[in-house]
Amino acid sequence: MQTLLISAILVLFLVVIFQIAKASEYVAMIRGYENARKQSNKINAFLLLAFLAIGLIGVYYCNELFKDKILGEPASNHGVLVDRMLYVTLGITFVVFVVTQIALFWFAYKYQESDNRKAFYYPHNNTLELIWTVIPAITLSVLVGFGIFYWFKITGPAPRDAMVVEVVGKQYGWEFRYPGADGILGKKYFKKINPANNNPVGQLWEDPANHDDVFVEQEMHLVVGKPVQLVIGAKDVIHSVGLVHFRLKTDAVPGTPTTMWFTPKFTTKEMKEKTGNPDFVYEISCDQLCGKGHWSMRGTIVVETQEEFDAWVASKTPQYLVANPDKDPARQMENTDAAPLTGAIIR
Amino acid sequence: MSETTTVHIADAKHATTHHEEHGHHQQSFISKYIFSMDHKTIGKQFLITGIVWAVIGGLFSVIFRLQLGYPDTTFPILETFFGKWAKGGQIQPEFYYSLVTMHGTILVFFVLTAGLSGTFANILIPLQIGARDMASPFLNMLSYWFFFIAGIVMASSIFVQTGPASSGWTMYPPLSALRQAGDGQKIGTDLWLISMALFIISSLLGGLNYITTILNMRTKGMSMTRLPLPIWAMFFTAVLGVLSFPVLLSGAILLLFDRNLGTSFYLSDIVINGEILPNEGGSAILYQHLFWFLGHPEVYIILLPAMGMVSEILSVNSRKPIFGYMAMLGSLFAIAILAFLVWAHHMFVAGLNPFLGSVFVLLTLLIAVPSAIKVFNWLTTIWRGNIRFTPAALFAIGFVSLFISGGLTGIFLGNSTIDIHLHDTMFVVAHFHIVMGVASMFGMLAGVYHWFPKMYGRYLNNTLGYIHFWVTIVGAYLTFWPMHYQGLAGVPRRYLDKSGWVNFNQFGELDKFITVVSMIVFVAQFIFIINFFYSIYKGRKVRTANPWGANTLEWTTPINPGHGNWEGDIPEVHRWPYDYGKDGREFIPQTEPVGASESKH
Repeated sequence: MQTLLISAILVLFLVVIFQIAKASEYVAMIRGYENARKQSNKINAFLLLAFLAIGLIGVYYCNELFKDKILGEPASNHGVLVDRMLYVTLGITFVVFVVTQIALFWFAYKYQESDNRKAFYYPHNNTLELIWTVIPAITLSVLVGFGIFYWFKITGPAPRDAMVVEVVGKQYGWEFRYPGADGILGKKYFKKINPANNNPVGQLWEDPANHDDVFVEQEMHLVVGKPVQLVIGAKDVIHSVGLVHFRLKTDAVPGTPTTMWFTPKFTTKEMKEKTGNPDFVYEISCDQLCGKGHWSMRGTIVVETQEEFDAWVASKTPQYLVANPDKDPARQMENTDAAPLTGAIIR
Repeated sequence: MSETTTVHIADAKHATTHHEEHGHHQQSFISKYIFSMDHKTIGKQFLITGIVWAVIGGLFSVIFRLQLGYPDTTFPILETFFGKWAKGGQIQPEFYYSLVTMHGTILVFFVLTAGLSGTFANILIPLQIGARDMASPFLNMLSYWFFFIAGIVMASSIFVQTGPASSGWTMYPPLSALRQAGDGQKIGTDLWLISMALFIISSLLGGLNYITTILNMRTKGMSMTRLPLPIWAMFFTAVLGVLSFPVLLSGAILLLFDRNLGTSFYLSDIVINGEILPNEGGSAILYQHLFWFLGHPEVYIILLPAMGMVSEILSVNSRKPIFGYMAMLGSLFAIAILAFLVWAHHMFVAGLNPFLGSVFVLLTLLIAVPSAIKVFNWLTTIWRGNIRFTPAALFAIGFVSLFISGGLTGIFLGNSTIDIHLHDTMFVVAHFHIVMGVASMFGMLAGVYHWFPKMYGRYLNNTLGYIHFWVTIVGAYLTFWPMHYQGLAGVPRRYLDKSGWVNFNQFGELDKFITVVSMIVFVAQFIFIINFFYSIYKGRKVRTANPWGANTLEWTTPINPGHGNWEGDIPEVHRWPYDYGKDGREFIPQTEPVGASESKH
């Protein structure tokens, strides 16, 4: 019923507009097309100027409305660079935007048709054209220079002391693997993936580097002030690891591992204070369409101090032992002392 | 040729005197209006098909905007129309992604490629270069009918059980390659790929024809540097299409192979729904290279014709020559070349080698230079003019405004450092809708308003045109400007409900606002559509051959040109098309010989 009403109103609305337009045509016919045309020319010229004025005020208003809802303080070392580049670009483009839009609409208004004016025959001017080729070229060179400089800093090799975390995207969630005390992620092969057998990543158990790797889902823990390198992969389709507060993003591609590194600047607790939001949490968003659950593919990150992190890792059982409970030294102690100490290779 | 030409000229004479009385012609209804080989009719076919698709694609966007603006509200009417896809009046995620995919595909390919360059290349090329028709009218007809069949196949995918494709208009594998990934990845995706293959054939047939016609069939005196700018724009557009569409075709066919024949071009190391697939060694990134090698030139395939027409319309209505014709031409050329060298800026965060990324930053931002030249030249064109604000001129001015706004945000995204943050966010959505979507749509509408009298021998209603323009430009800015802020906040695109996110849920009110505005803009387009179809039959008749006082050749034809365009000989051209306001004369048509006392420029 409601929809019917809305549709009826819309149709009525269109009919009214149409009738007004037809009427205006009859009026024009009576008063002469030339007069009617000149009058509407004046109206439109004025409207263009009004559009410019209201538009610029609107831009200002929009900015006031949203400026506190967008870019908070970047929470990683790279985020600082990204934001700096962003603000430099914003400054330059904003000036160009205002100048060119004013020129466009002001010229349109000022040079509206008038019986007293003749258009100025002005087909070209090489000096002018040279100027507005060279100035944009120089400006853009500066932007390109800064951009590439920062880009190489961000995408360059991770520091030697960076911790490593493997991030794997799947429809629709995130999995993480920590290398354990040896600092090395064990080998894996996708055909070994078998969540029912407690091997969600496809780790090869014969690789000793795998024996201390810790597996967790949905929540990643990082250490504040410590560089971290993410080794990113995907199981099924392309996902993207979007870290909005760190201002970073890299696709997770099945079959092609990618990496990115950064240093978190603030713990989750500090961010709660900075944002004034007690529910604040770092989120991982999937930024590449990955199927019907794409919009809900959310992970979280806890950034904490080294002590908190160590305690958290210590509370986790390596996946090797989850998958092979008989190899767990703690449980072997309970059973029999005679069993061979296979657990010895776990450091 | 000469024989048929005389017949057509007879036709033309006939048409001018009794043009409303159809059926008296030697041509049957079918050969005149359906399987027509007249470039003007084919152009109109492209235009009207484009309008139909624009309504469908626009309607889809309104439906998914409902979900974005009101994620918790139910709309029972949606269930009435869409059944299980809107169960309980709520748009299901799978359906949402199908709508987004179809909206993108339809608008980018069917409306802004076929509907825009298909329409105006067909109508303007022969008329403005002084030719009786295209080089191959038959291929030209085939081009339309391949487009039509592509449309039928795409439309049929909407009615299959599992629904249309839902992997986004970019159709990235492995998502689009795996039937197990979801309903939209089943038969709908195959139909999408087949439809695209047909579309590409259509586009190639058209493009080859446009190039051949422009190079070989110009009238006497019409040297390349006397061509009106729309023709140059169409020429570069056609070249871009001919060189890049085949690459997309190969990408689409490899994807069909991966889907149906068990190949591994794009697939490797995949476990989906617990099923381990045998494919190893493929590269998902390969598809992205193939896709964007077309995908980026595609942006300019859409934009260049709009630029060309805007140049012409601004010049005619400012009663002033286009400023810097050679610079305009040079910048078109530069854009066309650079269009091929920037595709990987869509892949900065796809795992590309960072060094490669930096090369593409340089090349991408380079494209801003010719774009800036064009903007400054348009500004100088209207400077000290004597501007008539016809609806076409208003849309052309709107185009320049939108091109500036959307072009400047391209400088953010083309810079890989900033792109890391903004990639795949609403900022991108705002950027390409303004610069490619709405701006090109404005160029297209400007073209329709300007050349409607030539197409149908009648005028569009001006008042409706003005209302249409003002609602559309205000609405377009209100819709897309605020999206930049969502993007700066990092809100990813293609999220149908953000309420579950701590950091993306602050824009609920804004999303409602955008939805309402987009609905108003959508409804306002019917003002144009009613105007268009009403005026074809009932519009005020054109009584003078050259209603805008323009220099180009199309206005030297009869008011209702028949097949063959000119009665008698094709006129000879003696000058460039932009002698407006020269030596105290308001305009000097291209057909007028250069006088002895005329000043040089």
